[in-house]
Parts: sequence; C-alpha cells; structure tokens
Amino acid sequence: MLGSIPPFLIFFIGALLIPFVRGLPRLALLLAIPLLGGANVWAIQEGFQVQYDLLGYTLTPMRADRLSLLFGYLFHLAALIAITYSLHLKREDSDTVQHVSGLIYAGSALGAVFAGDFITLFVFWELLAISSVFLIWTRRTPEALRAGMRYLIVHVVSGVTLLAGAMVWVHQTGDPTFGFIGLEGLAGWLIFLALGVKAAFPLVHSWLIDAYPEGTATGTVFLSAFTTKVAVYALARGYPGTEVLIYIGAFMACFPIFYAVIENDLRRTLGYSMINQIGFMVCGVGVGTALAVNGAVAHAFNDVLFKGLLFMSMGAVLHMTGRTKASDLGGLYKSMPITTTLCIIGAASISAFPLFNGFVSKSMVMSALLDEGHMWIWPVMLFASAGVVEHAGIKIPFFAFFAHDSGIRTKEPPRNMLVAMGIGAFLCILIGIRPGLLYDLLPFPVDYHPYDATHVLTQLQLLFFAIGAVVVFQLWKIYPAEIPSVNVDADWVYRRAAPRVVRAVGGAVTAVDTAFREAFVGALRRILRGAFRAHGPKGILARSWPAGSMVLWVSVMLTAFLFLQFL
Amino acid sequence: MNAHGEAHKPNSVPPEWSRRIIRTFFAACILLVVIDFVYHRHVYHSWENIPAFYALFGFLGLAFLIQASKGLRRLVMRPEDYYDDPPLPGLMDGEGDGHAG
Repeated sequence: MLGSIPPFLIFFIGALLIPFVRGLPRLALLLAIPLLGGANVWAIQEGFQVQYDLLGYTLTPMRADRLSLLFGYLFHLAALIAITYSLHLKREDSDTVQHVSGLIYAGSALGAVFAGDFITLFVFWELLAISSVFLIWTRRTPEALRAGMRYLIVHVVSGVTLLAGAMVWVHQTGDPTFGFIGLEGLAGWLIFLALGVKAAFPLVHSWLIDAYPEGTATGTVFLSAFTTKVAVYALARGYPGTEVLIYIGAFMACFPIFYAVIENDLRRTLGYSMINQIGFMVCGVGVGTALAVNGAVAHAFNDVLFKGLLFMSMGAVLHMTGRTKASDLGGLYKSMPITTTLCIIGAASISAFPLFNGFVSKSMVMSALLDEGHMWIWPVMLFASAGVVEHAGIKIPFFAFFAHDSGIRTKEPPRNMLVAMGIGAFLCILIGIRPGLLYDLLPFPVDYHPYDATHVLTQLQLLFFAIGAVVVFQLWKIYPAEIPSVNVDADWVYRRAAPRVVRAVGGAVTAVDTAFREAFVGALRRILRGAFRAHGPKGILARSWPAGSMVLWVSVMLTAFLFLQFL
Repeated sequence: MNAHGEAHKPNSVPPEWSRRIIRTFFAACILLVVIDFVYHRHVYHSWENIPAFYALFGFLGLAFLIQASKGLRRLVMRPEDYYDDPPLPGLMDGEGDGHAG
C-alpha cells in the first residue's frame, strides 16, 4: 500500500477532513498527514509511475525518479516543520482556512514535482497559486488583501503562460511528457517564462518581496518552502545546461543583496535573500554538469531548511510583538533567548559557515563554475556569497535581537513554534556535519568533499572579513541606519506607474467621452426642440384648428379649383 | 540621520561585552590571515594567488556593497505610505478609503 499512493492525495484527503475535527484530534491529524506522507514517499521506488490515456495522449500524473523523489522528501520535511509551526492557530486566526490551504498548497507542490506531463503540471501549478493566496489573505490587513490579489494575478498569468507553452509543445511534438525542453522555439520560451515568474527571475521577481512579508506569521513559512522550489525543480528538469540561466542566476544572486541592506521590513529582507539564494540554484542549473545540478538541488533542499528557520524566527517575533520592522525592533535577545539562538543557527547556515548546511551545497555550485571555466561569473557569485552575510547573517539577527534596545519585553513564542524551529535548526546542523546524508539522495552520483582545509580556510576568511567590514561600518557609524520607508522595486511598474497611466488615460478618455456625449445630446436636444416646436401641443402642425376655419379653407380650396377649371 | 531618533535608545548589549566580542572577533580575523601565509592552499582561479585574497575580497566586497546600497537608497527610498494611493474605482471597494483624496 505505502509506496504506491501519489503523495499529493494524502495531503488533499487530509485537507478535506480537517474542517470536521477540532482540538486534539485536529492536531493529531495535522501531524499525521506529513508523517504518513513521508512514510509513503520513502517507500516509493525509483521508476514508479502511473499512466493513463486521455483523448489520444498518454498522461503521467505520477512519475518518480531521483530528482522528483528528492523534492518529495524535502516537501514532506518542509510540510512537517510548517505544520508544527502553525499548530497553535486559533479560531480568530482563521485556523481552518490556514490549515486547509496550507495542506492543499503542500500537496500541490508534491503533485507538481511528481507530475510526469505538462497537463498535470499545469493543474498543480495553478493550484499552488490559488491555495497559497489564502495564507496571505488570512492576515486580514488591507495591505495583505491587495498584495494577495497582486500575487494571485501574477501566478495565474504564469500558469496561463505555462499552458500556452505546453499546448504549443504538445502540438509540435505530440508528446505531453515533461522532460528536457530547452530554449528552442516558441514553446521552450513560453514555458521558460512561466517557470521564470515562479522562480522570481529579475523583473518578474517583485511578487515575492511584495507578498511574502504580508502573509501571516505561519503562512509565510509555508510560502517560503514551496512555490520557488517547485520552479527550481522544473528548471532543473526542463532546462539544465541552458547557458542564459548562468547569467540570470548571477544577476539574481547580486541585485537583491543591495536592496536587502536598506530594507527595513525584516521579512521583506528575507524575501530579497530568497531571490539571492535562488540565484545560486538557477546558476547551477545553467551550468548543467552533474556537480552543478547536484549543487543546485542540494542548495534548494538546504534553502528550504535555513530560510524556513529564518522566516520562522521572524514569524515568532511578529507573533509575539506584532512587528517585523528593523526600526521598531531590537534587544529581544533578553526576552527570547531560544528564538535568538535558533535564528543565529539559521543565519550561520545561510551564510554558509563550515559545519552548517549552506556550506556543503553552495560550494558545489561554486566549484562547478570553476570546473567549467566560468572565470568571470565565479567572482560575481563569490561577491553574492559575501553579501549574504551582511543581510541574512548579520542584519536579521542583529536588528531584531540585539542593536538598540527597543524597550519591547515579551516571551518566547508558543512551544510548537520553538519545536518547529528546533527541527529546522537540527537539520541545518546535521546536514552541515554529515553532508553524505543529503549527497546520497542527489540525482547524480556525488564525488565531492566540501571539508578540505583550503575550502574551510578560504570560506572562513571570506565570511570573517565580510563581517569585519560590517563591524567597521557600524563602529564608524557610517552603516546605513534603519529608516521606516519603502524601497521602489520592479513592482513600482504595476503598483504606481500602471495605475497612474490607467488613471491618466481613463481621465483623458472620460473627458473626450463626456465632450462627445454632450455634443451628441446637445444636437439631439436641438432636433427634439425643433420637432417639438412643429409637432408639440402648440406646434403649428399639431394645433387643433376650429371647424369653422376648416370650412373656410375647404371653400377657399374649392373656389381655387373652380377658378382653375375655368381657366 | 534617523527619522525615529533610535540613536537615543541605549544599546541592548552592555558595552564591555560588545568590546570583548569585537576584540575576540578581530583577533580571529588576524589569525585567519596569518594562517593564509603559513598554509599553502590550493589555487583554482588566478586571483586566488593574491595573498589573503578571500579576506581582501570579503572586506572590500562588503565595503562596496554597503556604500553602493547607500547610493541605491538615495534613488529608491520613499516614505512608508508611498503606495497608499486611492484604489482604482471599482477595484477592492470599501478599503483604503481613508486615504482616498
């Protein structure tokens, strides 16, 4: 039985049952879903697939190979952590909506990574968007409502683009199987664009930094785990070795770190950090060698763990204080020492300190770049690695838990949040110390040893001196201060420019339209007035004439006829 | 410098602690550079031949990053209510009316 159920089914059935139970049974059911799912996916054999024929096409709603299984394991872990993190939700937090949408969302991600054909992929692609938006909307602020709407529109457009690309692809090849695609022809580009939106490629990235900070404390932990990683998975399957991905990845790794330095909202800072990390994965997929693709997916795996941990620690701060802005926070280590410690573990992991999991996967991408002779991309990615230290390694823990004392005194978050963060932190360290555990699951055989003396030494030098620069800037008081503000990004186009254009165009159209209508109505009125003058009650043609005058006129006409007869 | 006057808030970490931490940290930095001159590390990229390349790269890279970000801030920073425009008529009616002008 186990090992033959499509993984998404367990989550979908669980989501259907959740509304009917409350209290302890619900907690038990919530935890049972990822555990049962995990046992099932662990038992699934490589090569297992489910196929059926529909309208002359062979659809593969379920296909397991090493790549999809790795993401399958990852998403079960992420679901377990995120569900544990959200166990405390109460009725007033719209708990049922959040639990159900979280489960459908996680299930859709599983459905997408096990989808063997484009049609199945499209269905789960759209379900990902529709289910996850509730994790933003349940925050119930006007900002969250609007950000959620923007998020939904962007993702539905991505889905429609995927469908268009898939239709062209199936039309051209006659085969809906989702395998290597490559950038040839219209289909390749359309699907690439659809994946790019979900992977937060530059210029189409702003949904991420727009929506993730507006989600609920627990919802954003779900959000950070699935959507972008499904996209990385799809890129790794459809576009390995596509050279342009190297440059896109390098740009993604670099530009957000500048924004992250000056961003005041710490969860938005994590959003930028997320794009930066996806940059490493996209770059790895672009290089396309076994080592690079291994590195890319291993980094996706680790990113879910440490980025989840960081989002959870900021979620804990949001839950306890109601704030996530650097300018409002500071000094929380006194009242939240455990959260502080766990956040620092996440920060060390994302910064890729030796003994933490970021180190064992990011270095694979870096080594692959050197192996393939990308001598100019390598320093760019090295700069991006150093930049991570600044925002995720220092800024997040420092401004929330240390820095200036904000005067906020609170408590540690609920125990389930601490347990969830504890699981994340444990896995970050476990994979950091025993990378073999992760390497054994990677799609290609691994012959890579991250812990050699040169590598550890150079990485420590890079990180310590990067931190040193921040310390020096802080000591000299020339480090950019936390200022309550927003920073304009690509979303400016549709949040500011487009509405203005629409308003301006709308205003002009309205003016022209009004003038036209007025002219038309004026003309109509004049015609009506003329007709009224002639045909109205007093009009010359509608007046009621006395019978005497008619007799007079008849006799006048008869006289005229008589007269004419005699002529 | 600071809109909310955080500069007046006291540091949450006692100064003698932070002094001790920073001193230990800089000692570690110096140690790492010293090791660079003693230990012969493998070289894969020509730039790595520069002595203490990673330390220099990390420090200068971050210095550039922070300075450039300050420049970026001048370009892109806006007040917090920048996006709080009245919503388009007919879209999401009934919220944001407080800002409608």
